[in-house]
Parts: sequence; structure tokens; C-alpha cells
Amino acid sequence: MNIVVCCKQVPDPEAPPASFKIDEAANKVAPAPGVNQVISPFDEQAVEAALRIKDDQESTVRVITMGADLVSDVVKKPLAMGADELYLLQDEALVDGDSISTAYALATAIQKIGKYDLIICGRQAADWDKGQTGVGIAEELGIPCVTVAKKIEVADGKVKVERVVADGYEVVEVAPPVVVTVSNELGEPRYATLKGIMAAAKKQPTVMTAADIGADTSKTGKAGAKSKLLKLYIPVREGKCEMIEAEDPAEAGSLLAQKLREAKVL
Amino acid sequence: MGKIGVLTVSECVDGALDPISAELLGAARKLADELGQKVATAIIGAGVGDAGKDAIAYGADEVYVADDAKYANYQPESYAAIVEQAAKELGPAIILIGQTSIGRDLAPRVAFKLQTGLSTDCISLKLDANSKRMVMSRPVYGGNAMADMISETDPQMATIRVKSQEALAKDDSRTGEVKTIDADADMKTSFVKKVTEEVAGIKLEDADVVVCGGRGIGSEEGFAPLNDLAKALNGAVGASRPPCDNGWIASTQQIGLTGKIVSPTLYFGIALSGASQHMAGCSGSKNIVAINKDAEANIFNVAHYGVVGDYKKILPALIDKVKELL
Repeated sequence: MNIVVCCKQVPDPEAPPASFKIDEAANKVAPAPGVNQVISPFDEQAVEAALRIKDDQESTVRVITMGADLVSDVVKKPLAMGADELYLLQDEALVDGDSISTAYALATAIQKIGKYDLIICGRQAADWDKGQTGVGIAEELGIPCVTVAKKIEVADGKVKVERVVADGYEVVEVAPPVVVTVSNELGEPRYATLKGIMAAAKKQPTVMTAADIGADTSKTGKAGAKSKLLKLYIPVREGKCEMIEAEDPAEAGSLLAQKLREAKVL
Repeated sequence: MGKIGVLTVSECVDGALDPISAELLGAARKLADELGQKVATAIIGAGVGDAGKDAIAYGADEVYVADDAKYANYQPESYAAIVEQAAKELGPAIILIGQTSIGRDLAPRVAFKLQTGLSTDCISLKLDANSKRMVMSRPVYGGNAMADMISETDPQMATIRVKSQEALAKDDSRTGEVKTIDADADMKTSFVKKVTEEVAGIKLEDADVVVCGGRGIGSEEGFAPLNDLAKALNGAVGASRPPCDNGWIASTQQIGLTGKIVSPTLYFGIALSGASQHMAGCSGSKNIVAINKDAEANIFNVAHYGVVGDYKKILPALIDKVKELL
């Protein structure tokens, strides 16, 4: 299997909400001290999904990351986990787009890199949570897409996917090439081994620009975007919590029940 | 005969409209009235029964029904083809779809086919006073920030978070037209089967009281007092993501951005930090009670009532008192 995984670098979504700041003039998130960049968690699970297939059958796993200010140790993590090759799309003309221009750039890069049977993405990125890029890549390439997977099996020339729905999961089958987006129900991504980290350190990513992949820059980044951000802001919260104080936990529990009853919540 | 201003996609379960469909029609009605235009909705399914009539009662002027055995289960290519067809025939300024299992898969497909801007998981919509373009507000960065978006192309597309919009009161005296629609599609994805994993008891989305546990619950057994509290209050038990990922509770019980959205009268957040991604799924709750050992936990910033302490010691007394009072 020729597998391509798309990974995005994002500010650590586990960082405490208090550390989150916005640069109002730039209409962007202000970089906060102490908040690390990470691979978006669902994308790490996409790498894991690819590696599970590679564990089972002869496969090549190529990872593409597009963005500005990419941190080498961060974007190399998929290599340390066991991916074979890393491609970095670094070009001002490619970033700050919407889902349509991002999907166009990634699809163009995937075609440039070569043969693909299976393209795996996270279900949505942890920063903007749009959940559109995977579908968009499939539409650009004219191939099917299965979203929100918790299991991907490749057998007898078919890709069988368990996709999460509100009350359980659906099993669907599709012939490759196909795009699959994965969800956290897939399970924990593997840790990078020491051997993997050392091997990754030696591997050089292939850095590519819009020109290298032959992208039409009127369709990439901001120029190609159909959606526009008017305003980014932090929502106002009332922050009015009545704390129940008591001598011991049991009394607190009892007091809480009384309070809720008095407030007619119970 | 006026122009169709807003097209919604209705979802149908066992021949009845899903609540999100009425919520979408409520939002669509407001926008269309402001534009002086009409609301249409597309219903795709097998055996949709009176759903078309009901859609009119909830605010639609025109209903386009694709009712066929082949649409019994969600099939991405064929569903997308029908919505694309409806969009091309009707030329709406706006398309609204639910941020549901079906909608989050369907909407991007339609947006890419129409090459237009889509904002997903929006919680409020309004028309700009001057341009009459739709301003779509959506939580981003896990709920830490809000983004106001517009689409520069038509149709302007949005998926809408469940329970974020008010449905209109059902009015059976409203009139409208029900027509059929269909489209050919190359169905590349074949449905094999559906496996239902719903847990016993009251459905999380319908419960008036939700008792939710987080990472601090620590184990499957740790949920026992939460189950007891839910039972005493006739509620349902849910969880933030870590307990689901660790297998302490079924993943169908996950509440949050990528799980279920609940808005009960009373929500207990127990041993959970209140990360924005989780609060996205429960912040519409009318009363939030937080119980956490850590007085600095973010949940206390959003809760209405808070107790700092060990839930294992607090819950038994709470349950006893609840039983005594009710």
C-alpha cells in the first residue's frame, strides 16, 4: 500500500485555557509563552492508522505537513513513530487559506509525490476544528472519502472502514484509492521509540514550495479562499460560581443537595 | 412565488423529523424573513412518512423529498448529489445543515462540489445589516475563542451545532408544497452494516439530568457512584474524552466537541478539568455543578455551583440527601 498521511502542526490543545490570547490587530492567535507546538492529535492518530496497516502488510507511509513556522522536532514525530518519508509544504502562498484552498494545495502535492492508494487525515484539526480538508482532498482528486473512522482494514483489494456515528458505528467498504479521516476512537497512537527518534533525526524532509508542486497560486492560501474571517475574539463568560463550603466532604454533599433543592433545580 | 433564500437539509429517523431539522428550519425562517425570501428543505431517506408535512409546520415553504429504499442508510455520494441538485435547481443564497453524524460528512462534500465557503459547527447566525451576507459564529481553538466567518461565494453554507437554535412551535395550519427530487450518483462507498452501541437507560441527549465523569474518575468502577446519582435523579451518565479513550465507559457516552452535545436542566461535571473541548458539549446546560479536588480547575470558571473535594466522599452524602428531599 502507498499511504499518504496529512499532518498539521497546531498549538498544544491541552494547554490551559488561561494561557490563550488573541492578537486583535492581526486577528490571529497570539503565540503564548510555554504553549508548545504539537501534531494535531487526530493527525497523530492518522499516522497510527497508517502504521497499523504497515505492521500488517508491505507499505510505504509518506507524511505531508503544510504550514508556516514549522518546528523540526515536532513535524518529524511521525518519522520517529515509523513513517518512511516526510514532505514539508512551506510557502507563504500556501498558508492562511480556508478548507478549499488548503485541500487544493494538499491534493496537488499528493499528486506530485506520486502513487497513492490510501490517504489518511485526522477528522478535524485541533485549532480550527473545521473537519473539511479530508473530504476536500478526495473531491479534488475525484476519489471517495470515508470520514470519522475508528478502524481501517485493507484486504482483498478493498478498504473496509468502521466509521463512528452517534449511536454506534457503520461498516462501509470502498475500493482504493480513497481518503479516510480518523477519530480518537481509533485508539492511542504509538510512542516514538529511541531507535525511531534516532532514525528520524537522520532523515531529511523534502521541502516543497507552490512552484515545486505545480500549484496555481490563485487557488492556494488566502488568494484561493472562499471563506473569510471577519473577527476572532474570546467569548465573555459570567464566571459566577457559588462555592459550597463545609467542614467535611459528606456535609458538602448534603449541603449541595439542599442548595439545588432551594434553587428549585432539583 | 418568491425566491428560495434558504435551503436546509432535514434528517429523518423512523419517518419522523429529527429535532435538529426543526432547529434548522427555525434559524432558516428568521434569515429568510429578513431577506424577504422563502425556505426550502430537502429530506432524504426511506419511508419519510409525514416528515414533509411536519417540515412545513416547522417553517418550510417548499419541501423536496427523495424517498427511496436506497436512501435507508446514509450513503455519502448519493446524498451529496441530491443536495447539490437541489442547490442548483433552487439557487438559494444560504444552505444550512446540522452538525450531526450525517451533516458533518455531507456538508463539506456539497461545499466542494459547489466550490463555495462552508463554516462548520456554527452556534449563531445573523445577516450583516449592510451587505446582507450571513455572519456565522463558530467556536474555534477548542472553544477558547469565537470566529465570525462569512462566505464570499454563494450559496453561503453552514453546519449548525445541535441545540444551538430555537425551533418554531409546530403550526399545522402553515401551508407549503411537497415535491420529489432525485439525482444520479456514482455510489463508490458501499454500506455493509450498522452496529448500534447505545447503552441502556435514558438517552444522553434527551436526559434532563446528566452526570458526567472525567479523567479523575480513574477506572470503570469509579463510575459506580455517578451511576447511583444518575439513577436517583432519573438522569444519564456521560464522560469527557479520557474515560472513553481508556475504556472505562462506552465511547457513545462521550460529551464534547467530537462527542454528544447535551443541554440538560442539571449537569454534574465530576473529576473533570472543564477543558474547552469538553465544555463545547455541555455549556448549554441550564445549571452546571462542578465537583473537583483541584480548586484551580477550569470547570469552576463555568460552573454555577462548585464543591472542592473528593467525589468519592461527596457523592454518597449527596445521593442520600437527594433521596431524602425528592
